[in-house]
Amino acid sequence: MFKNAEGKSIVLNMAKAIHDNKAYLGEIDGLIGDGDHGMNMNKGFSCFSERFSDKKITFSEGLEELGMVLLNEIGGSMGPIYGTIFMEMADTANGADEIDLALFSKMLDAGMEGLFRIVDARVGDKTVVDTLSPACDVLHEALAAKKSFLEALENMKAAAIVGMESTKSLVAKFGRSSRLGERSRGVLDAGAVSCCIILCAMADGIKKLSSDQIGTI
Amino acid sequence: MQRILNDPDNIVDEMLVGFTKAHADIVTPTNNSRVLKYVGAPCKGRVGVATGGGSGHKPAFVGYIGKNMCDAVAVGEICTSPTAIAFLDAFRAADSGKGVACLYGNYSGDNMNVKMAIRMATKEGIEVKTVVANDDAASAPKDQCEKRRGVAGEIFMWKVGCAKAATGASLDEVITSAQKAIDNTRSVGIGLTPCTLPAVGHPNFTIEEGTMEVGIGHHGEPGIEVCPLESADQMARRMVDIVVNDYPFVEGNEVAVLVSGLGATPIMELYVLYAEVERLLHKKKIKIYKTYVGNYFTSLDMMGVTLTIMKLDDELKELMDMEAYSVGLKQA
Repeated sequence: MFKNAEGKSIVLNMAKAIHDNKAYLGEIDGLIGDGDHGMNMNKGFSCFSERFSDKKITFSEGLEELGMVLLNEIGGSMGPIYGTIFMEMADTANGADEIDLALFSKMLDAGMEGLFRIVDARVGDKTVVDTLSPACDVLHEALAAKKSFLEALENMKAAAIVGMESTKSLVAKFGRSSRLGERSRGVLDAGAVSCCIILCAMADGIKKLSSDQIGTI
Repeated sequence: MQRILNDPDNIVDEMLVGFTKAHADIVTPTNNSRVLKYVGAPCKGRVGVATGGGSGHKPAFVGYIGKNMCDAVAVGEICTSPTAIAFLDAFRAADSGKGVACLYGNYSGDNMNVKMAIRMATKEGIEVKTVVANDDAASAPKDQCEKRRGVAGEIFMWKVGCAKAATGASLDEVITSAQKAIDNTRSVGIGLTPCTLPAVGHPNFTIEEGTMEVGIGHHGEPGIEVCPLESADQMARRMVDIVVNDYPFVEGNEVAVLVSGLGATPIMELYVLYAEVERLLHKKKIKIYKTYVGNYFTSLDMMGVTLTIMKLDDELKELMDMEAYSVGLKQA
């Protein structure tokens, strides 16, 4: 587990990962979308970093603020999608001093449930869901198998990557690329890729924080 | 890029400043820098009409704010849905207490943000109902109409819905008329060149020289066919066939026709195309009641054209004929 109060670095790590992958996300989106995914995501995430890098906030407050920034300032599809995921995660964590595997798993579940209230996409539709859903699933499995938080995070990263890669062979059912039908096959979904980048950065951020708080995980 | 720019990342805000200054007799800013409203909004005793969408489609969307036109518009980044907050602020600006009709186009981002904005508006006691335009016949097969995009047909939806609101009709009546307008409307586009997002600096798709893309979307969404560039008459025939057969429009129908450029096509070419559109419809004994030709709904600097046809009945004729005063549509 890690201390919520010290978790701002996790959110900043997510923002950095989006920043580092801005051009890559734009390229992927340009193949079957309109090419603005990297630019828009980076705009929202860097806006968060600028505002909060020198402020004291917790992990869950950071997710809440990031969600609000995305929802209120970047618009598009990704504003409401990621805004909802992060704000639901924050709601679920609210008040907790420490976040362990069970709570983290619950938070991610809440993010996905919130997403399902605003989109109809499910696994196999070539969207963010293809990355997020298997990540939620492996956390449940890790919890049942009484795995450590660290091992569970590694499993989550692996599942997110497999989920993201699965979108390559899928045909888009939602979003702008869905109008392409068969022509969308063979290309990764940009939302699934950014979701994978975010989940991996979140896992790495937690791992880094945990190793700094030696023995707490 | 040979463009008139300062900082391309600020183009939307800078454009809005200029737009508000130039048209101060029609539009006025609100507390939200991404929401403009009609100087007379909210119009007392009337249902408010709000819309919104990404930027780059001038005169849509802000150009359709005006007298007997839209009351408030949420403005997004280029080709990007406005935020949920912007839609909410547009509802607030449009609402006189009789509810708000949000008439917008079928894009996933707009759908989500409108949905979230409605949830927030409902909590404030603002009643909002929607009509989602899906007139682009080329964007999905007919049995998947709910997937089709909204394109230039949105102008007819706004004209009808806003005119209905101006008659003092109830929210449900405004929604019913706007829905009828879009249900009676079909559009198709042909793209000749790609468009460039100013902040990106180069097009993110290509249309080869000497070819054209039939069914292209307003953001460059791929169409149904790429084929060698044709003459204006051949393009007109292709577009009329797609639109007329899809609805279908039949002998004896009375229609409104809108030919819109996509931004970089000279307007004279639109008239060349319209001449053949008129001839073909006449031959099919479809009667043109009203015609609009010009840059009504564009796609940045794309070259190309869209054709939109709406079947009219007595109510739609009356609403289409009502006086309107906006930047994009002025009629006495």
